[in-house]
Formats: sequence, structure tokens, C-alpha cells
Amino acid sequence: MVAELKGQYGSGIREANSYLGQNYMIVDPSIVSELLQILRDREQFDYCVDVTAVHYPEREKQFDVVWILYSFPRNERIRVKTMIADGDSVPSAVSMWATANWLEREVFDMFGIRFDGHPDLKRILLPDGWKGYPLRKDYGIIQQDQEWVQANLGIESGQ
Amino acid sequence: MGAGQPGDRERPITMTDRTLTEANTPDPKTADSTRFLSHLELDQPDKTFLDSNELIINMGPQHPATHGVLRVILKLDGEKVLGTECVIGYLHRGVEKIAENRTYTMFNPYVDRMDYVAAVSNGLGYCEAVEKLLNIEAPPRAKYIRVILTELNRLASHQLWLGTHALDIGAMTPLFYTFRDREEILKIFEKYCGARLTTHAFRIGGCQYETYEGFERDVIKFLDFVPPKIDEYEELLTTNRIWLERTKNVGVISRADAIALGVTGPVLRASGVKWDLRKAQPYAAYSDFDFEIPIGANGDTYDRYTVRMEEMRQSLRIIRQAVERIPEGPIMAKVPKVMKPPVGEVYHSIEAPKGELGYFIVSDGSTQPYRVRVRPPSFVNLQALDVMVRGALVADVIAVIGTLDIVLGEVDR
Repeated sequence: MVAELKGQYGSGIREANSYLGQNYMIVDPSIVSELLQILRDREQFDYCVDVTAVHYPEREKQFDVVWILYSFPRNERIRVKTMIADGDSVPSAVSMWATANWLEREVFDMFGIRFDGHPDLKRILLPDGWKGYPLRKDYGIIQQDQEWVQANLGIESGQ
Repeated sequence: MGAGQPGDRERPITMTDRTLTEANTPDPKTADSTRFLSHLELDQPDKTFLDSNELIINMGPQHPATHGVLRVILKLDGEKVLGTECVIGYLHRGVEKIAENRTYTMFNPYVDRMDYVAAVSNGLGYCEAVEKLLNIEAPPRAKYIRVILTELNRLASHQLWLGTHALDIGAMTPLFYTFRDREEILKIFEKYCGARLTTHAFRIGGCQYETYEGFERDVIKFLDFVPPKIDEYEELLTTNRIWLERTKNVGVISRADAIALGVTGPVLRASGVKWDLRKAQPYAAYSDFDFEIPIGANGDTYDRYTVRMEEMRQSLRIIRQAVERIPEGPIMAKVPKVMKPPVGEVYHSIEAPKGELGYFIVSDGSTQPYRVRVRPPSFVNLQALDVMVRGALVADVIAVIGTLDIVLGEVDR
């Protein structure tokens, strides 16, 4: 499967490997959408387990966006990973797996990564007016949006 | 809204909706997932609002039937649900952020606070994920202890689900029965590790505690005690006419929809997918035991009930085999005092009582995880609520929230 995909996309697939028995692929953001579609339709990865991200502030392309897919017929998992810079967006997978809806909203909520084509991209765990993206590394562990807390909760501080 | 009312009997709306869902369910490859999307566009004034009977009401976050602090905004036409939107996050504690600021060992007790009804499962998933990252394996005896406690916890979780779910629907007695019997499990936990709810039973590399004197005897006593009790629950509900009316053909989700929405656990199995991580990708010592995966056919609330009831019995089967065959030996693997997993990432998931519970851990080679992502089953399953209740009645929303078996501590983390 990997050889076939590599033949199709060439250097678009930067790395396809396995670590601790788990397969992963690092790909260019430009081919993510197409690749996910192929994985779902041709390679039978019919279940999107998770969409998440990792922040590396010292890198030029600060974010890893990770899709974890599973195939019921093959009983196999695969991770697709791409790297993007702050402010870049990635294509939404909602049209392929409905479950990506909330998962992408959570990534947006926590990292501020935008998903193109998401039907209703808004915060999910934090309140709508909140400022800042908590899972970024530059967001302190006890940091809060004091303005929001004061305006909405009627208290000086949440701490 | 009550169950036995004459107008309730035919359920014309639910049935029509169900037929439509079935007819519109192509295989997942061609499924257009946009039809799952629900957002009520609350900020945009509806022009037809004044002329229609549409009504928007809030259910929760303090509504007792939402099992915690879930808020559901319902768009209604009379008693019929036109659409829903879940508002979550009231219990958000930033567990994933906390993980980045703790060592691997220090974060271990935090995972118990996510799905606090099945704390043992959370701990098992986390410990195994870190073990994988460290490339160590728990000794066989520890694995067996893990299986016994995790399955006991699955039983406790299902009992709590049954009691509260039945209570929501209007049957009060099962709550007392299930809590009475769940107590026996909590007693075993308490004797084993001193805690009843947030047990922190396992450590990275094995178990902290050896089984106490008489552990096997207690477990076997429980195994003999509980099957008649499960029959007792079933006597109350399985053929009860009110129960059938309230659960049959309510909250139907087709196989294709369930897969597209990433639903796992008993909810997925009730829709006819025979998939259980304990069998598909065995972890701990599960490959050593014989057990069946119960599945349903219709994907309705009743099937989810029968699947979970059967799962309880299968859990008992697993526990019995584990107790009888528990090997002697150490309970802790050789674990470095300061844990510094090599740079890399790992995803490990287990079959928690609610579905697939996954941990995605990224290590940068230091003593603290660089990132811990928890894939919570309740969060993903809750997303299916809209598909399951659209076209149904308000009373069905209560039944469906119950049947999804969500724990808000895990949804919001």
C-alpha cells in the first residue's frame, strides 16, 4: 500500500515508517485531503479514531496535525501526520468521516488550527468568547482569560 | 411524556424517521456525512419563527437526566425534536495540559478523574501506553490482576449505567438493586487499594499492590453472588411492557452511521458491528480467555440494553477464568526510577466500558510527556446524539442520553 501511494505522490509522502509496531506517514499538507480520501475509499480505513495536534514552538512549521485511522476489514491502524505553520489551515475531513466534526473543533479550540471546509468551526470545550489556545506551549498552565472570567462570572479571578 | 400514555403507543414520528434513516443509509464509502451536521444557527433569527410552532429550549446543564453537566439545546415542534446542539465543557479541567507539566508517574492518578465511573480502565490504558513507549511489559501476574480489576470495573460501570438509565426512563427499583450489588465490587477495590472510586490501582510497569489475603475468595464469592442478581435486573426490565415501549425503536442508529460517527463500545455493537478491542487487538492478558462479543441487530436503545446485560455476564466469565488461572510471580516489571522514554510517539487504546479509550503520547526524551492526547469514548459517542434523536420525542432524548452512557468528566476532561 505504501509503495503504491509513494508511486502516486512521490515526495509528497516524506516518510512512511513504523515505530513500536505502529505505522505512520508524514505527508505534505497539500496532499492530505486527497490522501485521506484514498485511505478511506481504496484502503478501507473506514473509521476515523482521532484528530489531534502537537505544538512545537521552536520549529518553523509549528504544528503537527495527526489523524489516527482504523480499518475494520483490515484490523489495522495508521497515523497520518502533517506539519503546518501558525496561521495555516488544513482541509477538513468532516465530509469523509462525520466524527471529525467535534474532533476538529477541539483541535481548533485548543490550538487555533483552522480546518478548511468545516461546517461549523467554533470552540467546543471553552466558551465562545475565550481568548487564547490553551494547549499551545506558550500558554501557561495557570493562565486564564481574566477578562472573560471577570465579565462572565462576576469574580476577580478564577484562581 | 409518560410511558404509558395512549398517545405514545404508536410513535408515528419515530417510526417514520427510522424508515427514512434506513432508506438513506448507503454504504459508508458513498455516505454523504454532511447530513449528520447539526447546528441550529441560533444567532441567526429565523424568519419563519413567529409563524411556526418551533420552539428552542434548553435541557441542562443542571437537568438531572443529563447525567452531569451536559447542556442540550433542543429545537422542537411541539413534542417532536427537529434538531439538537450539545454544549459541553462545563467540566473542562485541562487534563491534557496538566499532563504536559507532570512526570509520567505523577499524571497517573489524574486519568482516574476522567471516567470516574470506570477509573480502573483509564489507568490500564494509560499505564499500557507508557509501558509501550518505554518498551517494557508488565509481568503475567500483574496482567491477570489488571484483567480481574478492569472487568470488575466494567461490571460496576454497567450496573451504574443500568440503574441511572432505568431511573431516567421511570423505573426506580433497578437503581437500588444495582447500587446494592455494585457495592460488593467497590468493597473489593477498597480492600485491594484503599480507594473505592478513583482507585489508582495500577502503576507503570505493573501493579503497586499484591492481592490481599483472601482476594481470590472474595472475587469468587462475588462471581457466585452476582449472576442471580443480573437475572433479577432482567426480570424487572427485559419483558416489561413499559420498558419495551420506551426503548424499542428509540434512538436507532444504523451500522453505517455508527461507523461514520466513530461510535464505539456497546453502542457500536448494538448496531451489529462485532468489534471489541479485547478481541481485535488484545492487550493485557485478554488473549488468554474465552468470551463472546454480544451484538445487537437494530441499533436501538433496547439492543444496547441487551448488549450491555450480556457483556456483564461475559465479564464474569473472564474474571472466573482469570482468578482460576492467575499465575504466581512478580507484579512489577523492572522500571527505571526516573522514567525517560525515548523520543517518539505511541497510540494505545483499550476497550473501556464506554468504548475505545485511546492515549496518544508524544515523548521528547524528558521526564515529562511532551503531549498526551486522550481519545475519550464518551466525547465521540455523544456526537451521535443528534442523529439518534432527530424526529423523536422529547422523552426519547432522555432515553438516548442514558443509553449512550456518557460520563461528563470524560467528555470535558
